[in-house]
Amino acid sequence: MSVANNVRKNPTDIKVSPRLAKNLKRHFKERVIEFILMMAALSAVFTTFAIVAILLYESFGFFETVSLVEFFTGTQWTPLFEDAHYGIMPLVAGTLTTSFVALAVAIPIGTIAAIYLSEFASHKAREIVKPILELLVGVPTIVFGYFALLLVTPLLQKIYPDLPSFNMLSAGIVMGVMIIPYIASVAEDAMRAVPMSMREGSYAMGATRFQTALKVVTPAAISGIVAAYILAISRAVGETMVVAVAAGQQPNLTFDPTEGAATITAFIVQVALGDLPHASIGYQSIFAAGLVLFVLTLTFNILGHIVRKKYREQY
Amino acid sequence: MINATTPIKAESRDLNFFYSNGTRALKGITMPLYENKITALIGPSGCGKSTYLRCFNRMHDLYPGNKYEGQIIMHPDNTNILDNGVDPIEVRMRISMVFQKPNPFPKSIYENVAYGLRVRGENNKRMLDDKVEEALKGAALWNEVKDRLQDLAFNLSGGQQQRLCIARALATDPEIMLFDEPTSALDPIATANIEELMSELRNKLTILVVTHNMQQAARISDYTAYMYLGELIEYDDTDTIFTRPSRKETEDYITGKFG
Repeated sequence: MSVANNVRKNPTDIKVSPRLAKNLKRHFKERVIEFILMMAALSAVFTTFAIVAILLYESFGFFETVSLVEFFTGTQWTPLFEDAHYGIMPLVAGTLTTSFVALAVAIPIGTIAAIYLSEFASHKAREIVKPILELLVGVPTIVFGYFALLLVTPLLQKIYPDLPSFNMLSAGIVMGVMIIPYIASVAEDAMRAVPMSMREGSYAMGATRFQTALKVVTPAAISGIVAAYILAISRAVGETMVVAVAAGQQPNLTFDPTEGAATITAFIVQVALGDLPHASIGYQSIFAAGLVLFVLTLTFNILGHIVRKKYREQY
Repeated sequence: MINATTPIKAESRDLNFFYSNGTRALKGITMPLYENKITALIGPSGCGKSTYLRCFNRMHDLYPGNKYEGQIIMHPDNTNILDNGVDPIEVRMRISMVFQKPNPFPKSIYENVAYGLRVRGENNKRMLDDKVEEALKGAALWNEVKDRLQDLAFNLSGGQQQRLCIARALATDPEIMLFDEPTSALDPIATANIEELMSELRNKLTILVVTHNMQQAARISDYTAYMYLGELIEYDDTDTIFTRPSRKETEDYITGKFG
């Protein structure tokens, strides 16, 4: 390294004109601010890496006792019992079933709500409806859980008398209702971002409002709409309270929503609230379950990213 | 001089237009559109020429609070297309429009052209194939796209996209076609193509075109209207407007002293 470079590295040592000194001071201040901003941004990245590291570390202990084959092919999940089995599939089935029910409710209603808000509602109606819809997001999920258990399940039992008190149908439906505003809001933003010139083109061809919404605006906004769906899937898969309260805590390898079953999240809550000793296999099992959950949501997020890239808006 | 025997396809009678904020954008405009002729609207920005054009397919209906006064009569059936009893969708089926910026739909080339027919409920594959080909030929685009009709329309160049929009507007056999500064987003070669195309289209239908480009108006139109501040200052055949305008304001504008 040359001498000149070394000198430049230590600006306070050099004699400079007052104007340049002011410049250097400002430059230094800028760097400090930049550093603080970067740290703030990196904190989220560090947290993510820390979570992944801990999940991997604890799961590693778990997989020293339990083989991967048993983990993925076992049909029973009873890590806390005397006769312990470590098949994750019952929990995955519970998670997928409740999520599927939730999405079956939320995707159609959320999409239709988005189309209404973006294409049909008057300015006034939108000003009233959208905040109310978004209010739903603010309701604590535990409230939704009790809502499912104490209101929706009894109602469903009037239709299906054999429905158990804890069932995935009720939990899934309520979870779907909970997710509607996410889909409606994100999808509506995407649809409103479609330029007016494209709608005018459609109307000018003699299309009705409904034809314009369905055949032009929706395909134009598809990447944003898909993003909304992916967000909803991640929410559904990761949702904890509603399923823990309303779907039951019993691992159960079934895809029948009228049965009760624990999801991955419900199991983690159950164990985390108990007083298991650290480093015991039961304790480690929640990290293995957590890892599966993480991989599941990550997969959907990556999938969403790919789909979004493929159908990027072009207007 | 205007030839009195040329049939009139449509005419506005004492047309006033008010935007929802109360602005009176058109002040009593009475003007004919002659059949199978190109009428050009010229004037400085904000003079109301686009507003006038968009009255013809009731585009202003899309935004609440806009108000028309007066009439636009279509011949030969003498329908006042601004009448409350007339469905704007019916109007748009008879009068189609090409916009300033090409605005193809996020669909294939084929589906873009077939759109107008599809929204009318036409789903017969043979019929659609024929119409799409005819419209693309009419818009001088067929040779360039016939081998890739299923490609996304966004993959075309700007000039091709604009011709696609013309094909889309042609596919439904409109009686009048509105062009709102159709070449302002295009390069000179694409502009020349569109202008040539418009001259040919005149044989099939009646054209009303808004343009900022006075040479363009002089090149392609049969009649020219000069508008200023929402008023029709002068209307005459294009040669007269550009060589012997009768109003001082028109002369100032076309000679570049003003505007």
